Amino acid sequence: MGKTLVEKIWEKHVVRSIEGGPDVLYIDKHLIHEVTSPQAFAGIEKRGVPVARPQQVVATADHNVPTLNQHLPIREELSRKQVEKLTENCANHGIELYGLGHQYQGIVHVIGPELGFTQPGMTIVCGDSHTSTHGAFGAIAFGIGTSEVEMVLATQCLMQSKPKLMRINVEGSLNKGVVAKDIILYIIAQISASGATGFFVEYAGSAIRSLSMEGRMTICNMSIEMGARGGLIAPDQTTFDYVQGREFAPKGEAWNKKLADWKELYSDADAQFDEEININAADIEPMITWGTNPGLGIGINGHLPTTETLSEGEKRNLKKAMEYMGLQEGKTLKGMPVQHVFIGSCTNSRIEDLRMVADIVKGRRKNDNVKVMIVPGSQQVAAQVRAEGLDKIFEAAGFEVRQAGCSACLGMNEDKVPAGEYCVSTSNRNFEGRQGAGARTLLASPLTAAAAAITGVVTDVRELLG
Amino acid sequence: MQPIQVVKSRFVPLPLEQVDTDQIIPARFLKATTRDGFGKNLFRDWRYENDDETKPKQDFVLNNPLYGGEILVAGKNFGCGSSREHAAWAVLDYGFKVVVSSFFADIFKNNALNNGVLPVQVSDAFLEQIFEQGPEATLTIDLAAQTITIDATGAQENFDINNYKKTCLLNGYDDIDYLLSMKEDIAAFETARG
Repeated sequence: MGKTLVEKIWEKHVVRSIEGGPDVLYIDKHLIHEVTSPQAFAGIEKRGVPVARPQQVVATADHNVPTLNQHLPIREELSRKQVEKLTENCANHGIELYGLGHQYQGIVHVIGPELGFTQPGMTIVCGDSHTSTHGAFGAIAFGIGTSEVEMVLATQCLMQSKPKLMRINVEGSLNKGVVAKDIILYIIAQISASGATGFFVEYAGSAIRSLSMEGRMTICNMSIEMGARGGLIAPDQTTFDYVQGREFAPKGEAWNKKLADWKELYSDADAQFDEEININAADIEPMITWGTNPGLGIGINGHLPTTETLSEGEKRNLKKAMEYMGLQEGKTLKGMPVQHVFIGSCTNSRIEDLRMVADIVKGRRKNDNVKVMIVPGSQQVAAQVRAEGLDKIFEAAGFEVRQAGCSACLGMNEDKVPAGEYCVSTSNRNFEGRQGAGARTLLASPLTAAAAAITGVVTDVRELLG
Repeated sequence: MQPIQVVKSRFVPLPLEQVDTDQIIPARFLKATTRDGFGKNLFRDWRYENDDETKPKQDFVLNNPLYGGEILVAGKNFGCGSSREHAAWAVLDYGFKVVVSSFFADIFKNNALNNGVLPVQVSDAFLEQIFEQGPEATLTIDLAAQTITIDATGAQENFDINNYKKTCLLNGYDDIDYLLSMKEDIAAFETARG
């Protein structure tokens, strides 16, 4: 019987299998940031053990950093101390840090790929659930907790049980105005926010193959939002073209050798999956979420569900979500005024995302009642935005362009949405209070977010595409 | 890590589904650089009006003096969302040793196990039976036997846990001790793969 892509990569990384227990899995690359690492460093220091393989670790400051005036000391004391702690830990343990002010600083899941640190066939972890992003390159990549960060720092290994495997095939051509974010929001709406728990998901099919690396990253990024530990896509020429020539990508003869290995990374034709789901790309409309988990999404012209026929438990949950969001069952979101638009996060802050936004807003101006914030995913993305003159388009439209960081995706720094106000956001979570206490988040693609910025209401972007 | 063997206690019911880690511990409390003190911010925004500790929300179960104990019982998909281990630290620091649900998110489950908090997954029907009990009712969780019992009715279910993790919890061992003991095997693995 053939093997799946996950099995091929997994088996090459098993140091030892424990009977009736997990595998000891070797980790190729470890990304760290300021929020989930300090207790891990404290842990290894308490045990008196060094960082096992510092050259396989890269650090950046992203979750907790301001997106204005990054050249100045961080004003908020606790945030400043946390970032200083990261700097100190990296210096003490010989870890490369792309901190504030560095040309490579940015959201950990944006910089890994753009530096070529992320490569096919690798095992990659980070103390962040959106580590699944790196699966877009055909890698086993998943988020871990701080105790596990400590394990990887100390030993470059983790104890992991082999996941169940799901394949999601998206076949056909995408409709006008439908992009990668809509595909993944559609999938999560179909299978629910817990529908892939315990699984690694391989995305396949012609609609997936047609996506750029940025689009594939958007898809894999949100795997965790349906509960999956990770998501991945078999590498192909699109992947190899993206990786080649990047800072940490193999060069010369080493490149040729790696490329030959990478070309073997696909699920065999007779490989078995525990579950397989087929989706017709033509069924997908521009998507938007109305509720307080990413599974509560609808097509832009759709209606909120009615709760009449649901079980007591489900009814309780949906009613709680509607109450929090200030929405009623059966209603549509289209035409509803919004007060904020946030374009950024590890889901949608790459250059392609920002080009997409620029295409919509070029020659237009934002609605007066909306505040629009664009936060590029990294310093390199920001530099590219300037090089292409997109910043001029955004400024002319009345958008505020900030500096790189996680920003209003998780509301750890001062970039927050006020209580009760609506934000169309290109980020990944619409949980209660995620973008600030009481904030109401509507998740959507960069196109749909750009459309809302221009009109001031929830809009079907196809009406602006002409 | 404190070992867990048998926990017999009253429980705190939270009959909500999809309780995500942003609710368990909101992001603004993740700025600490130590593992201590997260319990006071557990479910912070469900617990207090406008983030004000002098204004507890009376309808939230942690503010109801009738309920208490070392066991938290919640609806399905508990702990979904962010990988923040601070969620497990907050649950533990508040005083819970066991979380019962009909479904756990993966990363939370691992984080809990790595901190000596036992996630006990039960059927939907058994979960409903627990929610039907009053505030004086107790549950007994026996890790060695892998059973959970509603003491008043005697209703019992078995729960799954992998043998390795079970041994760790029963003895208070953690994974790092095990991995550190494998140092030479790890180096040999690296050499072999080139």
